[in-house]
Amino acid sequence: MGFFWTIVTLVVALGIAWRYLGSYMAAVFDGRVRWLGWVERPIYRALGTSPEREQSWKRYAAALLVFSAVSILFTYLMLRLQGSLPLDPQHLGAVPPALAWNTAVSFVTNTNWQNYGGETTLSYLSQMTLVVQQFVSPAVGIAVAIALVRGLTRRDASTVGNFWVDVTRCMLYILLPVAFLAGIVYVGQGGVQTLAGPAHVHDALNGVTQTIARGPIAFMEAIKQLGTNGGGFLNANSATPFENPTALTNWLSIFLLLCIPFSLTYTFGKMAGSRRQGAALLTAMALIFGAWVGFTSYAEHQANPAVAAAGLPHQPTGNMEGKEVRFGDTSSALFGVASTQTSTGSADAAYDSFTPMGGFGLITGMMLGEVSPGGTGSGLYTILLFAIVAVFIGGLMIGRTPEYLGKKIQAHEVKLAGLGILIMPIAVLALTAVAVSVHAGRAGPLNAGPHGFSEILYAFTSQANNNGSAFAGLSGDTAFYNVLGGIAMLLGRFAVIVPVLALAGALGAKNVVPAGLGTFRTDNAMFVGLVIGAIMLVGALTFFPAISLGPIVEQLSHGRFF
Amino acid sequence: MLNHLRRSAVLTVVCFVVFGLAYALAGTGVAQVLFPHQANGSLTANGSTLIGQNWAATRWFHGRPDDFGPYAADPKKGISGGDNPLVANGVKGESGATNLGPRSKTLLEDTRILISWWHAHGVDPTTDLVTTSGSGYDPDISPASAFAQIPMVAKYSGVDPAELHRLIAKQVHGPQLGFLGSAYVDVLQLNEALAAAERAGR
Repeated sequence: MGFFWTIVTLVVALGIAWRYLGSYMAAVFDGRVRWLGWVERPIYRALGTSPEREQSWKRYAAALLVFSAVSILFTYLMLRLQGSLPLDPQHLGAVPPALAWNTAVSFVTNTNWQNYGGETTLSYLSQMTLVVQQFVSPAVGIAVAIALVRGLTRRDASTVGNFWVDVTRCMLYILLPVAFLAGIVYVGQGGVQTLAGPAHVHDALNGVTQTIARGPIAFMEAIKQLGTNGGGFLNANSATPFENPTALTNWLSIFLLLCIPFSLTYTFGKMAGSRRQGAALLTAMALIFGAWVGFTSYAEHQANPAVAAAGLPHQPTGNMEGKEVRFGDTSSALFGVASTQTSTGSADAAYDSFTPMGGFGLITGMMLGEVSPGGTGSGLYTILLFAIVAVFIGGLMIGRTPEYLGKKIQAHEVKLAGLGILIMPIAVLALTAVAVSVHAGRAGPLNAGPHGFSEILYAFTSQANNNGSAFAGLSGDTAFYNVLGGIAMLLGRFAVIVPVLALAGALGAKNVVPAGLGTFRTDNAMFVGLVIGAIMLVGALTFFPAISLGPIVEQLSHGRFF
Repeated sequence: MLNHLRRSAVLTVVCFVVFGLAYALAGTGVAQVLFPHQANGSLTANGSTLIGQNWAATRWFHGRPDDFGPYAADPKKGISGGDNPLVANGVKGESGATNLGPRSKTLLEDTRILISWWHAHGVDPTTDLVTTSGSGYDPDISPASAFAQIPMVAKYSGVDPAELHRLIAKQVHGPQLGFLGSAYVDVLQLNEALAAAERAGR
């Protein structure tokens, strides 16, 4: 019953966010929101730009790529130099080069894959440097999505917006205020926020002494979820009580990581002048998400096979291995699905210890391409790629040139959409194949048997989708996994963003064809079905063989342990 | 290109000042003013109510087996153990789960050891008494897990089982707002209540 009301309250809260955050975001990117103008204007002056100076898609993409490269370099240097910089109360030395590379790429690409244990590797200043990217990287993703929407909705246009302005507005007007308010709630519930260094405690009752890691945790937690980042201060992420102290903060985390990706469909509809267009994409996202929540929480409510075989077959509270008592089985599964399908990758439980079908729910959620609802910005632009493929298929069926929002979809656009969709599966499957073929890759997994393969497959699925969650038994902090993972994350981010911006440019240059009787409608149930069909078909065709070797074999191995 | 580089450098510095430094410092300031107890880690006389501890003695209620039995910290095997936010009982570690898969032989054997340990102490264990947590220092157990331990704690502490039953019932936190998450008992608070009851009874 509790789980039912958890879902109901989330749906209500997300519905309100969809309507109001969605229209607020549209206003922000139209330049109609100005309450922080006194901060905004000096930034534009320092940058030597202004909202009136728009860029072609090529300049927009070039600015994005240069800015991201500079961000990676800056983050890398800060991690390498942390031993010589202030705010390092535990006197942690420099982060090794391969790990610093992986971490810098990870946070700049909105992945937040973590090959390090936060509390034993990073100084407070390094954590704060990563928080910078937790604001920047979602803003970059949202900017790309907005540029694509502009391409779809403008006519005969040569520009798609101003990258610097879009990113600045997103960080100032959307991410900063929401994250700051949420941070206060996290602290009120028990989240830690201090610069005072670790606490030393002694319990006179049992004689235990502990040195407890602390830090500026709670406010990082807020932007970690809101920006679908996922990288927490502490190694065990949202499972730790200092990051996620209560069931209420668990609910808040799920809300925060879903609110922007879902609401962007409203923003899209508003900018396109038709709320129904946004609602159609929202419906496709929500149906997939709902189905996965049902499946995965059912799976996690089942008994853990190893615990059952050890002599405890009756597990009324579900699979509790790797889960926290205050959250319980189904809420942890809901968190897991929300986190894997939004490219967040935060974890309030050990995903590695989920039941075989629970783990299947998590990894396949990412394999669908992070569209339900996907990451901040990346979810919207990826589902728009699928929408273009869907109208293309629909057009083939009825023998007409396909259109989307009145824009003719021709060979060039379909090629770009196809490229953007196929980069991720190619990266995942190729890199997984490399990893299982060489010794350095096979040395990684903690678990034996099919679960060991799942750990490797999960790692590259997560990184190429810029998700960042893990089957964390994998020892990822090796030169092999650090370097290969970095490549997966770069491909999954920028090899998708560039085709998306090219698509924005190509669509923006087109005129709008008025809708006629024969126009294929893109705001009804038929279209929602086609979009879901396209997503499922691509995901199933590319990944079914690989997923069979992991969770499916594991599920079918009744009575066998590895 | 040069223009992009210059703007990138400027925006990186601006973002570092605003979102790196100012955000964390302002957040810390607000947190320390509004909620100093929580912001500093919910510390009480005997530790943090949010961080699990290793209750090795059988006269106390036990938490999740994060740092116990097969999962105990062991420098020789390189196991940091749970209940181990940074350093606990001299072993260095960090938060984290066992990450053992659902068909892991290790998990099967470890769980077997834990189940027979509980049976040897007269306790019929619940699921969360034989499984480890996600953080490695879950401070809570389910109410059923606390009630299940009454035979053991009564025997070794000498406190009357009915009295223990009453103590636990007072320590049960229901689901938050009536529907969020699961009911739980904070093990540190329960044992502090037990110690207080013993002092009062003497």
